[in-house]
Amino acid sequence: MRDPVIEVRGLVNRFGSQLIHDGLEMEVGEDEVFGIVGGSGSGKSVLLRSILGLQHPEAGTVRIEGHDITRMSEAQLRRIKARYGVAFQSGALYSGLTVLQNVQLPMVEYLDLESAVRDELALLKIRLVGLPADAAGKYPAELSGGMVKRAAIARALALDPALLFLDEPTSGLDPVSATAFDELVLFLQKELKLTIVMITHDLDSIFRTCNRVGVIVNRRMESDTVDRIVDHPNPWIQEYFHGERARGARIAAGTGGGGAGDGHGA
Amino acid sequence: MSVEVRRTAAGLQLELVGQWGLWEAEAARAQLAAIDLNAVRAVEVSTRGVESLELSGAWVLREFLQRARAAGAAVSFQGTPPDQLRLIDETLKEPQAGSGTVPAAAAPAAEAPAAEAGLLYDIGHYAVRAWRDAELSLAFLGRTCVTLLSSLGSLRRLRPISVARHVYDTGITAVPIVALIGFLVTVIIAYLSAQQLRGLGVDIYVVDLVTIGVLRELGVLLTSIITAGRSASSYAAELGSMQLNEEVDALIATGVDPFEVLVVPRVLGFMIALPLLTIIADLVGLTGGALLCRYLLDMPLTQYINRVDEAISPTTFWVGILKAPVFAVLIALAGCYRGMQVRGSARELGHKVTVAVVQAIFLVILADALFAIVFMKMDI
Repeated sequence: MRDPVIEVRGLVNRFGSQLIHDGLEMEVGEDEVFGIVGGSGSGKSVLLRSILGLQHPEAGTVRIEGHDITRMSEAQLRRIKARYGVAFQSGALYSGLTVLQNVQLPMVEYLDLESAVRDELALLKIRLVGLPADAAGKYPAELSGGMVKRAAIARALALDPALLFLDEPTSGLDPVSATAFDELVLFLQKELKLTIVMITHDLDSIFRTCNRVGVIVNRRMESDTVDRIVDHPNPWIQEYFHGERARGARIAAGTGGGGAGDGHGA
Repeated sequence: MSVEVRRTAAGLQLELVGQWGLWEAEAARAQLAAIDLNAVRAVEVSTRGVESLELSGAWVLREFLQRARAAGAAVSFQGTPPDQLRLIDETLKEPQAGSGTVPAAAAPAAEAPAAEAGLLYDIGHYAVRAWRDAELSLAFLGRTCVTLLSSLGSLRRLRPISVARHVYDTGITAVPIVALIGFLVTVIIAYLSAQQLRGLGVDIYVVDLVTIGVLRELGVLLTSIITAGRSASSYAAELGSMQLNEEVDALIATGVDPFEVLVVPRVLGFMIALPLLTIIADLVGLTGGALLCRYLLDMPLTQYINRVDEAISPTTFWVGILKAPVFAVLIALAGCYRGMQVRGSARELGHKVTVAVVQAIFLVILADALFAIVFMKMDI
């Protein structure tokens, strides 16, 4: 196996007296779709923020493509940040800019491109995530929830990243849109050879898109392939994957392995 | 990222090497643009030497290949053409078959009919807009009054706790700055008048100027302007971000009148706070006047007090303080009205807050001018 793209070792995070992570370990390999799962308040978002360098952990290391981002200067971190794209849960599009300008913003910040080239490249990204071309001139307030999420991904892809983070990509979408969104994730992973890390609560989404899943339980992470994690003895994981809601999702996805198998093939 | 070009009898051989990503896109474009395509029949591309061909790099290559095809050259690849080109083709192709959408360059919708733009058109356009705005703000004032009147019946609907919070936020926390301003204004008038009056030997009139100036005009005016900056902006920002967060919609959906819980308590709270602040500014102004006269003009305190007593008529104080609630309504309404108008974006919020503050201050000064005229006609 090649070096992992993301490697988290011994991560400790604490808010006041409340311990969030205690020696959490996580590894994401190249071209994987890795799902992060956990109960509400288990620290999924804090983990994501630690990996993104938005939150300085109390202890432990976070390596992205071999570089330890916890011991980096702002300038070095900036170079790493150009290697990944993030789509936040609510989109976090800049409300005063059109979709096209939103997608161009990272390009403007990092690169000195001709404006016509920038327009074309941004439009390519917008079309790539399945938005119609006329969405480019619209403001985020004029978009539907699903379109905002797609636009957020287009912006995350602006710099041709190798790594894409998605925070609850299908939350707030109807089942049809959510399915279409899963398709988009698989499509992008396959076509752009992306490594994707996503936080999700959506069991359908996990079975359809993820190769491996990391579950945060007891302030640590248990990770394995989708097929095997469902048999993990931890009671919370059992409840999560075998509860009432999980059954339907597994049936829909062909008893769990189908989507993941496709992903492996890519 | 670079490209090696070889000219053969058949045409051009391009060998791409290195990284082909967004970072190298501009350089590659320049390099490809420099290639002379005159009389080139065939272009053969090899991408075997490329370390990584990213989407942006592929787009640059595609742009060049389109130019080559347009120039009449046949394009071929050594081995299979890169996947990324196919992906771009597929991505950009689909919607043309669909609803015939315009390319992005033409996407931003035309705002105003540009053809009619001219000075006359602009004047008319702004006049109509200003008129509508005035109508809407009157409607806002009316709605606030109606809500206030209808909630006068019960104490609960007047939201005393909310009102008290606004008295605290806009009044009590503003005391230090208002007191300081009150003192500084006195210093300005006292020095200015002392300099002018000393030559005439009538220093004693400094007391008149300070007292009447502060009580009638400057106390209330400057307090209003300072608090307009503080409170109109905070009202507009608070209500505006509630609008952005759909909190106002949530209130309406719950069946709660936003005017009753948001606007009226703010207006009432500020109507209570501003007169009290004005009294503080007046008091500090008069005390400051006493200190200045003592040390600047060597006037004994008793003489100052006597002179103040003579200078003011029973109406002097009330003329000033009467204006405070009126100004308070204007400021609070400007803040609330603009805040409730915020829609859509953070930029809009900033714009409306600015408008709120500017209009609040403008309205205060306009109203003060009207008061001055009315009071003169009434001879007080």
